[in-house]
Amino acid sequence: MRQASHPGKDKFGGALLEVRDLHVEFATPSGAARAVNGVSFTLQQGMRLGLVGESGSGKSTAVLALMQLIKAPGRISGGRAFLAGDDLLAMTAEQMRQARFSRIALIPQGAMNSLNPVLSVCAQIDDLLTAHGEKTDPGKRRQHVADLLHRVGLPESVADQYPHQLSGGMKQRVCIAMAIALSPQVIIADEPTSALDVIVQKQVMQTLIHAQEEVGAGIILVGHDMGLMAQFAHVVGVMYAGRLVEIAPVHEIFSNPRHPYTRMLISSLPTFTTRKVFRGIPGVAPSIINPTTGCPFHPRCPSAVDRCAVDVPAEEFVAQDHQVRCHFAREGVPTSAIGAAVD
Amino acid sequence: MIEIRAATVAFGAQRNKTLKLALNAVSLALPQTPSITAIVGESGSGKTTLTRLMLGLLKPTQGTVLYEGHDLQHMDRQAFAKYRREVQAVFQDPYSVYNPFYKVDRSLLLPLQRFGLVNTRDEAYEHIHQCLQAVGLRPADTLGRYPHQLSGGQRQRIMIARALSLKARVIVADEPVSMVDASLRATILESLYRLKTEQQVSLLYVTHDLTTAYQIADRIVVMYNGQIVEEGEPESVIHAPKHAYTRALVAAVPPPNPDIDWGLVAKALPR
Amino acid sequence: MSHAPTRLLRILRLLGKEPLLTAGVGLLVLIALFALLGPFVVNVDLAQIGAAMPRQRPSAQYLLGTDVQGRDILATLVLATPQTLKIGFFAGVMGLGLGTTLGLLAGYFRGWTDTVIRTIADVVMTIPGIAVLVLVATNVRSMTVALMAVIVAGLAWMYPTRTIRAQTLSMRERPYVDIARLNGVGGMQLVFTEIFPNLLPYIAASFVTAVSSAMLATIGLEALGLGPQNELTLGMMIFWAQYYGAILRNLWWWWVPPVAMMALIFIGLLMTSTGMDRLVNRRLRVES
Repeated sequence: MRQASHPGKDKFGGALLEVRDLHVEFATPSGAARAVNGVSFTLQQGMRLGLVGESGSGKSTAVLALMQLIKAPGRISGGRAFLAGDDLLAMTAEQMRQARFSRIALIPQGAMNSLNPVLSVCAQIDDLLTAHGEKTDPGKRRQHVADLLHRVGLPESVADQYPHQLSGGMKQRVCIAMAIALSPQVIIADEPTSALDVIVQKQVMQTLIHAQEEVGAGIILVGHDMGLMAQFAHVVGVMYAGRLVEIAPVHEIFSNPRHPYTRMLISSLPTFTTRKVFRGIPGVAPSIINPTTGCPFHPRCPSAVDRCAVDVPAEEFVAQDHQVRCHFAREGVPTSAIGAAVD
Repeated sequence: MIEIRAATVAFGAQRNKTLKLALNAVSLALPQTPSITAIVGESGSGKTTLTRLMLGLLKPTQGTVLYEGHDLQHMDRQAFAKYRREVQAVFQDPYSVYNPFYKVDRSLLLPLQRFGLVNTRDEAYEHIHQCLQAVGLRPADTLGRYPHQLSGGQRQRIMIARALSLKARVIVADEPVSMVDASLRATILESLYRLKTEQQVSLLYVTHDLTTAYQIADRIVVMYNGQIVEEGEPESVIHAPKHAYTRALVAAVPPPNPDIDWGLVAKALPR
Repeated sequence: MSHAPTRLLRILRLLGKEPLLTAGVGLLVLIALFALLGPFVVNVDLAQIGAAMPRQRPSAQYLLGTDVQGRDILATLVLATPQTLKIGFFAGVMGLGLGTTLGLLAGYFRGWTDTVIRTIADVVMTIPGIAVLVLVATNVRSMTVALMAVIVAGLAWMYPTRTIRAQTLSMRERPYVDIARLNGVGGMQLVFTEIFPNLLPYIAASFVTAVSSAMLATIGLEALGLGPQNELTLGMMIFWAQYYGAILRNLWWWWVPPVAMMALIFIGLLMTSTGMDRLVNRRLRVES
């Protein structure tokens, strides 16, 4: 298997997070479900990586695994994840606890609901700071909290308020403040705006970018909104059935998508330019308990041939920073379907 | 066909607390000819309350809801039964619209029997088969199952088939695709669109997603804070919005084209 | 086309998955068998007064000994157990049936129905059950098993009412209830066809609690001497044993067997209800 490349390495700082061949399995009564099946990517300093996929693609599971937040019956069954040289997956529980939020932070799905309703905002951020050993006196910590709130565009008065007094967007910004509180190297945002109104969504994403620039971290944004990825990410990775089927810089992936799934996904997006045209992807979502043989997308792929049902496509480079998992990535789509064995 | 006149819906205690007005003197009429009207709004805009008014699941605190010119509150039994049959719904959550205790067949059989549209079970099943096929489902794969054995897309389409089987004239669809995977959305929207073109069914498409509204609707109505702030043809509402809120809404949709600058990387932070 | 296995099979298979539940149900089944088949195995004529020599210790002839009136304890036990089970069962069913109906009505129709039912339930809940039971029991000329069941049921319905009402309140907001209304279904029919079937798990759980609290109330009354004097139940056995000073006279074989049987019944009920709870929680955990 080839090494993951460093997309656009001229624009960003050095490699920050290197994930190699990550595997996560869930034990179910019907057998092992391969939620993440060999995912590799690299995140560089200052880079925004977008992981996009539908439900069951494994995108959330993959990033949760990086923080060892996978609970039984799930387990990390393979792979390495190097954050500035340290393997996150090999850390002990205590090392991981210290690394969380100080080196790698998470803004979880529905983060607004994970704020403690009986603690004020200041108390919660304070909690986080003391848990990671910041022992300065309360006055200085209060100043730190106020400072953090400013950095996410919230007035200091928010510190004394309780979560129910804040709007959805403000709560999410508090979560962003908590994520950058200890200046981590990597910030993972798991669908941070899915429960928010679209106008607030833009504000929260702007805050996230601003926060990233403040601490110089790399961001992994997990989501299903391709439009948001197009605007937010530098590099986009498309996940399907636990595999990373395509990863490329954002301009490349939107102008030259090579994987049939990516192509169909992009063309199915509604825009403000065409009406009354509906292009969906036929078929049903893939099952990770009973995966098909060969390429996971072949049952729904309009360009599938016999080979696709047998061989799992390996990662191929179609351009310098553009990798695709498709047998026909380089050649493009074959016009005749049957028996076209290409290598 | 369905008309709402100056309807106000208020929630909350009547004594000294301020009333929360979910809808504030809203008037809306669906045309007689089959058409697709999209109601676009965010949470708190009142769009869901509007759908409940139209479906007769909620009474307005003030104002009237009329079907074919008759007030819903003052209809006789026969007229109300006709209204119930002709106005159907597709809701947002494809799971909780099914009673988990029964198989999905019941959702299709029961209304047919209640509205007296079929005489025998065989007749019912024949009709159901046709309707399922019309929405792109295979009866063999969907009937005889419990809701949890089917996917979200299948469940949602069964609901559409149900509305179709009752020969509904109006379908009120409240966020029908927001809980469905992106790749299936277009297919389901297409089924809904074809209901208008092939079956002469009017659709009320309620959503927060402006782009799908633009895709499918003949008319877009924008709601904010319990009131209608703008309405018109999709081209003019999207490309030449008159109200500030509509403009903000259009500007807030991220275009799936990285070459277009959406203004995400701003100099100063929004407050 | 694959159909799901019949509902009954699915339920039975599910019940078998939790060992505590299986053990609890198994124990209760054994006790029920003892009650049902006991009369065929043991000579119940020995439970008559004077059938045997009084105050005999347990021996080969009288396995559990005899009491001061010459009754064989084992035979007495065989006759008393089904009576106690009957009272508990019927009181539980009546109390639960009433409680479920009232809870459904209060939760679905709200308004005045809800206010009235809720107020009555809350008030009656706060009255000490024993006080009411004692009052009624002392004013009745002759107490029977059936009457006991009714009285105890009258005090067992409030908690199920509250539980079922709470569940109904949340279920009536579900979209499938809206769809049913759009089908033209309304009122009572909706309550019983849409909401009631989904309450069965809660009802099953409440049933076990209802039965055990009914039995406890019954035994308490009987031990105080307010039970059916002319009928044999476990509680009456204890009453008579204590009345004739069995503890002081060290006739342990008289009061230990009924106490042990009661303990077994309650252990069975407890295991069943804890097992059910665990089963439901495990399913919730796996499904989420």
